[in-house]
Amino acid sequence: MSVESTPSAEGAAVRRGAYDEATRARLDADAAQVVARYPEARSALLPLLHLVQSEDGYVSPAGIAFCAQMLNLSTAEVSAVATFYTQYKRRPNGEYTVGVCTNTLCAVIGGDAIWEELSDHLGVGHDETTADGAITLERVECNAACDYAPVVMVNWEFFDNQTPASAVETVDRLRSGEAVAPTRGAASVCSFKAMSRVLAGFSDGRADEGVGAGEATTRGTVLARERGWTAPPFPAAGTTQQSDQVKGS
Amino acid sequence: MTEATTLTPVLTKHWDAERSWTLATYLQNGGYRGLRAALAMAPADVVTAVKDSGLRGRGGAGFPTGMKWGFLPAPDGGPRYLVINADESEPGTCKDIPLMLASPQELIEGAIITSYAIGCDHAFIYVRGEVLHVYRRLLNAVAEAKAAGYVGENILGSGFDLEITVHAGAGAYICGEETALLDSLEGRRGQPRLKPPFPAVAGLYARPTVVNNVESIASVPAILEAGADWFKSMGTERSTGHGLFSLSGHVARPGQYEAPLGITLRELLDMAGGVREGRELKFWTPGGSSTPLFTAEHLDVPLDYESVGKAGSMLGTRALQIFDETTSVVRAVARWIAFYKHESCGKCTPCREGTFWLDQILQRLVAGKGTSEDIDTLLDLCDNILGRAFCALGDGATSPVTSAIQYFRDEFEAGTHTPADVLFPPERSSLFTYTPRRGAGQFAGVHA
Repeated sequence: MSVESTPSAEGAAVRRGAYDEATRARLDADAAQVVARYPEARSALLPLLHLVQSEDGYVSPAGIAFCAQMLNLSTAEVSAVATFYTQYKRRPNGEYTVGVCTNTLCAVIGGDAIWEELSDHLGVGHDETTADGAITLERVECNAACDYAPVVMVNWEFFDNQTPASAVETVDRLRSGEAVAPTRGAASVCSFKAMSRVLAGFSDGRADEGVGAGEATTRGTVLARERGWTAPPFPAAGTTQQSDQVKGS
Repeated sequence: MTEATTLTPVLTKHWDAERSWTLATYLQNGGYRGLRAALAMAPADVVTAVKDSGLRGRGGAGFPTGMKWGFLPAPDGGPRYLVINADESEPGTCKDIPLMLASPQELIEGAIITSYAIGCDHAFIYVRGEVLHVYRRLLNAVAEAKAAGYVGENILGSGFDLEITVHAGAGAYICGEETALLDSLEGRRGQPRLKPPFPAVAGLYARPTVVNNVESIASVPAILEAGADWFKSMGTERSTGHGLFSLSGHVARPGQYEAPLGITLRELLDMAGGVREGRELKFWTPGGSSTPLFTAEHLDVPLDYESVGKAGSMLGTRALQIFDETTSVVRAVARWIAFYKHESCGKCTPCREGTFWLDQILQRLVAGKGTSEDIDTLLDLCDNILGRAFCALGDGATSPVTSAIQYFRDEFEAGTHTPADVLFPPERSSLFTYTPRRGAGQFAGVHA
């Protein structure tokens, strides 16, 4: 990354891992907004690390120093936090993080097969990036979409009900630069850096894109309507009548 | 024979509406009536209403929500906080994330009512960082609520002020533990704190804090609008109300089914089309991987806190992961333990070391290379973790191991001579046909 060793034109000592002035001014302004969301500044550390990743594509030495300065922490304190969380990358990440859920449920019903296929197809293992810098492949833990298993996440957007073939098609399209739509999410997957900026709390204006729910999410809703099942009616305002027991025991 | 239980859509009622996530849709469907009802009451009466409803925490532990609010000490003029645990990560649990994607205003309205009840003027929603679009929807929902005067200063002319900050985590299961979540929200490594003091006394920034699960908070508006008796008319005497039951795995129609507590898996499976065609139920989790496994003999256990407990497990998050007879229980448990090992925060020895040891033994049982002492060693390890770990993560890790050995001991014994993928070819468990690439005993995807 360019920030790692930028020789100063003036020959002044620019420490390894410092941002140039314009970048720093921009990040300072962003960081001020993040810090303002919290009663105590240190709470801004997680979003600031996401912000650093939106700039550098990983938690860079410059980014660690930046967070430390903004929050009056030591770089060791910042590193201690950054290394605790799996979303913070210690090496430049690919444009897209492709995460295959291999926790038990997804693994059993097809996640392991998807993992094998993708790993062979891309020629990389866990937390490794393709030579073209497009894809960082990961095994991920349960991502709260078990009713859509097997699940693949691309830059933390949901790709539901996957197969080895569908996952390969997705990564091929991502590598060829096509816009790829998740099953439940924005109209297209954004870059790792763009995603990181959202996670730092800066809206990208895409909340209204995509569906409200997938088929599995609304199965109970739809079934209840078909069968005429409802919750007990709300009592009329101002009354405290007891409704009928729905389930006696 | 008692009458069959039916679904009771409350939270899920409008999840399939057009643009369900918007404030406009929420208002069209009766949104924010609960808040208006609450603001017409004294805050203490709101706490009482929720206490009277019997609502218990929907995040797994089942602690009475109103009682938790009541534990806050008397106001001393300093800040008090509401922190909503939206770090849904327990394997199998998939209810809060779709709720926030489909209808985030349910959570926002609940957060406002709860904040009013406990005297909080700054609430936080801690959502896991691995759900980008959910985070977008939450940011948008707070902005919409603010623009409409439901959040901000002098809410609906009541004189009550509230800010809501939506905070994204960065990938750590342990942050679902409430004190680890608080440390994480304070910008630290997410490691659990010693209790006491409990968060009610010294929580976020060492101030009185209520930490509640998303579904718990989202259940509050209807209680305020319809009353505690309405809520209690669903469920059982001690497990009142409606809850989201999440079916996943080898089931014909997986998904979210909102029903009174006390419904059974047999009833839910019937609604969901049963176990996938031609297969039979082998084992299932009632509330995520940290709750002891159940088998077909538990199909009629009422899914309420008391009945599930009496049957030897926990209601947890009502994450019903269904596995049919093609599934190797040794493989399933080994993968869960690989997860706990990966997610152990390292703070306490029983969990940090114990999950590593469990993992090593289970990996060799999966490979068919176990020793005759391995089952005893597993049970001994679990005995040394359960009750000795710093937080519930370690305790939870023992649940799948001890329960699987209890019900399927012969499969663990087979792990001393035959690989799991020979006994249970993985392609039979998969939802699609494929040819496994790896050799015997080598399952893909195990974390290093």
